[in-house]
Amino acid sequence: MIPKLPFLSKKVPADKSKLFIPGRRDFLKLSSLIGGGFVLGVNFQCSGPKGETVTFAPNAYLSIDSDNTVTIIAHRSEMGTGIRTTLPMIVADELGADWKAVKIQQAVGDEATYGDQNTDGSYSIRMFFEPMRRAGATARHMLVEAAAQEWNVEASGCDTREGMVVHQASGQTVPFGELVELLQQMPIPEAEKLTLRKLSDYKLVGKSVPIYDVKDITEGKALFGADVDLPGQQIAVILRSPVVGGKIRTYNEEKALQVPGVNKVVQISGNGVHPGLNKPLEGLAVIADHTWAAMKGREALEVDWELGENQDYQCATQMEAMIESTLKEGRLRREKGDVKQAFSSGGRIFENTYRAPYYAHATIEPPTALADYKEDGSIEIWAPTQHPQWARDSVAEALEIEVSQVRVNVTLLGGGFGRKSKPDYVVEAALLSKAIQKPVRVQWTREDDIHHDFYHSHSAQRIKAGLDATGKLTAWNHHTVFPAIGGTSSADELHPSDGEMGLGCTDFPYEVPNIRIESHEAKAHTRVGWLRSVSNIHHAFAICSMLDEIAEEQGMDPVGYVLSLLGEDRQLAFSEEMKGAYPNYGEAIEEYPWDTARMKKVIQRVAQEAGWGSAEKDGKTLGFAAHKSFLTYVACIVEVAEDEAGNLIIPEVHYAVDCGIPVNTDRIRSQFEGGAQFATSLALSSAIQFENGRVIQNNFDGYQIIRMTQAPKKIFTHIIESTEKPTGVGEPPVPPFIPALCNALYKLKGKRIYELPVKEVFV
Amino acid sequence: MTAGFSEFYYIKVPYQKTDAMEKYRLSVNGNMQEVSAPEDMPLLWVIRDLLSLKGTKFGCGQALCGACTVHVDGVATRSCSLPVSAVGDRKITTIEGLSANGDHPLQKAWQEHVVPQCGYCQTGQLMNAAALLNENPHPSETEIEEAMAGNLCRCGTYNRIKDAILTASKS
Ligand code: FES
Ligand code: FES
Repeated sequence: MIPKLPFLSKKVPADKSKLFIPGRRDFLKLSSLIGGGFVLGVNFQCSGPKGETVTFAPNAYLSIDSDNTVTIIAHRSEMGTGIRTTLPMIVADELGADWKAVKIQQAVGDEATYGDQNTDGSYSIRMFFEPMRRAGATARHMLVEAAAQEWNVEASGCDTREGMVVHQASGQTVPFGELVELLQQMPIPEAEKLTLRKLSDYKLVGKSVPIYDVKDITEGKALFGADVDLPGQQIAVILRSPVVGGKIRTYNEEKALQVPGVNKVVQISGNGVHPGLNKPLEGLAVIADHTWAAMKGREALEVDWELGENQDYQCATQMEAMIESTLKEGRLRREKGDVKQAFSSGGRIFENTYRAPYYAHATIEPPTALADYKEDGSIEIWAPTQHPQWARDSVAEALEIEVSQVRVNVTLLGGGFGRKSKPDYVVEAALLSKAIQKPVRVQWTREDDIHHDFYHSHSAQRIKAGLDATGKLTAWNHHTVFPAIGGTSSADELHPSDGEMGLGCTDFPYEVPNIRIESHEAKAHTRVGWLRSVSNIHHAFAICSMLDEIAEEQGMDPVGYVLSLLGEDRQLAFSEEMKGAYPNYGEAIEEYPWDTARMKKVIQRVAQEAGWGSAEKDGKTLGFAAHKSFLTYVACIVEVAEDEAGNLIIPEVHYAVDCGIPVNTDRIRSQFEGGAQFATSLALSSAIQFENGRVIQNNFDGYQIIRMTQAPKKIFTHIIESTEKPTGVGEPPVPPFIPALCNALYKLKGKRIYELPVKEVFV
Repeated sequence: MTAGFSEFYYIKVPYQKTDAMEKYRLSVNGNMQEVSAPEDMPLLWVIRDLLSLKGTKFGCGQALCGACTVHVDGVATRSCSLPVSAVGDRKITTIEGLSANGDHPLQKAWQEHVVPQCGYCQTGQLMNAAALLNENPHPSETEIEEAMAGNLCRCGTYNRIKDAILTASKS
């Protein structure tokens, strides 16, 4: 089963998020479900038996108790982007709640109630800005209406503020809680028809709002995946097939069972050489009283593996074959004009090959999940998952039970980056809990995580660019090849999908009369997944490096060159040129066109902020790149320098971003700061390699991510003021950073970079 | 190709069956706690699994990431790599014991700078930073970077960690 991946496929109209407004009959069920109501001992007027708190919930995203508690549901997963704060904050702002007193509650996985919960593809804000406003507005309209009736005044003369309705003329106020009883008698207005607050009237939206969990996190009280305990629980550590598709021939569990604390060994069957995106790998689970015993028990297992066809897989060999393939004609993915003819016009030709490695997500929290299989055949899960609904469906499928029998509680995620959208580890816990009829937590070690990830694919690209006699870029031929995500589930998926091609490759926005974009075949020999910005990573690396090289070689300013290539202000749709669909991150191109004016604006802004024009005079070595992804426009300038010891340092990074209406500016900045650091690792220190089908890195010594000493010293994010529809910022910071850094390194060292990671720069 | 490929999966580990669990008396956050554990159990798992203090995190198990950092007699220590039998009567402080009300100057500075993203590495970062400030109350930026280099953050909060330590060092 493949999940709906809005960033990779065209959105089905039914997918569009909508407000889920339960009917009145669902009222009490809902309020007790979210735990808000029926607390005894609060002294307020209410319709229930004396002394009880009554809850009003006009829709699934918020409820107001008669004791004035406003509870807002965070239905998307918190993995570090701040979404658990930012979406509820929109509801609160529109509602006029007292933000400091708002309680945020994490939703369980339930599509029928909450709509899309797949926290992926940088689309939480894009998809839910409007519904969250409407959720808040629904309650606000009703509160105002109720108060106006009480006071016998015009509703238009009232507004909400800090958890109260205020009559503007008289200054009279009433706390929300006191209106709950009245609200229960009122019809719920149609959310689509409500007037929303003006952007300029917002007190939280557009500002810098700290994350809800900051205090809990600093006190060690925040609950992550492995922090939930159940009575009688067991811990499982699993020995998985070292090669994807491997099967257990025989095993000996005797020594493992001798480890004090180890109670059982249970086999989990894998899905073969096409392991799928939501299935566990073949493995042997050691189940113990505590984590250490399970880990030691695993070391004592003896397994005879039938490793299967992937045991001969060498990534270096495949890389050579992929590079070789780019010299041939590939599958046509976009065409405009005639590149062949343009190349023969006699002008200068540039031709480069770019390589990038496999990357692992390496969230500091390794995958983990707790499952509690119950006597009645239902199961409850606690997991750090980006996609609770897919986890729920996958568990139901694996256990052959109804989806309604699976409850998925979402903890905080200790990082996600795409890894924790795959529910394989959740299914492992579910299978084991059912097998031993006890609660089981599956704990992955760091080695497990590095060895058995859903990797970002390694890639080879060849770009041939032709200029005419005047130096104008007239032909662009881009070949890209990498094992596709689809190859994880199917032998037939040998080319990147239209979705993957549309991540920074076929959506090449520059005004070039002849364009030809081709892909080539590559087989997936491991689990390929998506990692923070997906194929934009390698596509932006190649394209932005190439444009910089062409500009520099012609003695032109790279910023000016890219601005001129963007041409007139216009909105691109690529339609007739695409050989296949252009998913546009799941949005209609008419609604979210590729707008060259917006891109030019971020480029001009970043150049100005970073002092691009005076870099030479200031003695600064700067590199530039611009790349739009996930419908967000980003330009980046990276400064590099060498310290006395010969180490590379990155003194400053400047980003300019147009993400439409900026919703929570502090979290926009934090995503750019984090994105720059994440991308520094991809550019300079990380790589996964396969030998004989196995990953040869084991832990953070082999798979290196940057440390504080290597991080950019200062990161500035310049946010464009905008009233365009808001778009996400989780992924967009990553793609342009890498080529901007490489272009700066070229200026520092005089050597172009064609292969990632650029390891040698750190002495 | 990079060195370091371990024959992890194929080694038949010559496992020595340890005898029954030992009893240890540990001083954790000012309380004496008795636990039964095998002598090689890392302090991390004693803290998390036996004492149910969940603020200390597991990230690598190999002293490479710092997520499990606690204080042992005031020294920042990777609890994943310290066997319980080696603790003795030294005093252990975890994030839960860093301050009485979550008001250590670093915790306050962390909140002021809104340092965390996912938050997972942050308790280890805080414990490491607290040990740094105990030893060197006014570190330079370079000293901070070097002292904090053992603590990984995948989300990329290094800049704000540094700023927050500087803020705390001035308070
Ligand atoms: S878990 Fe101890 S240093 Fe990583
Ligand atoms: S905040 Fe996520 S790993 Fe540091």
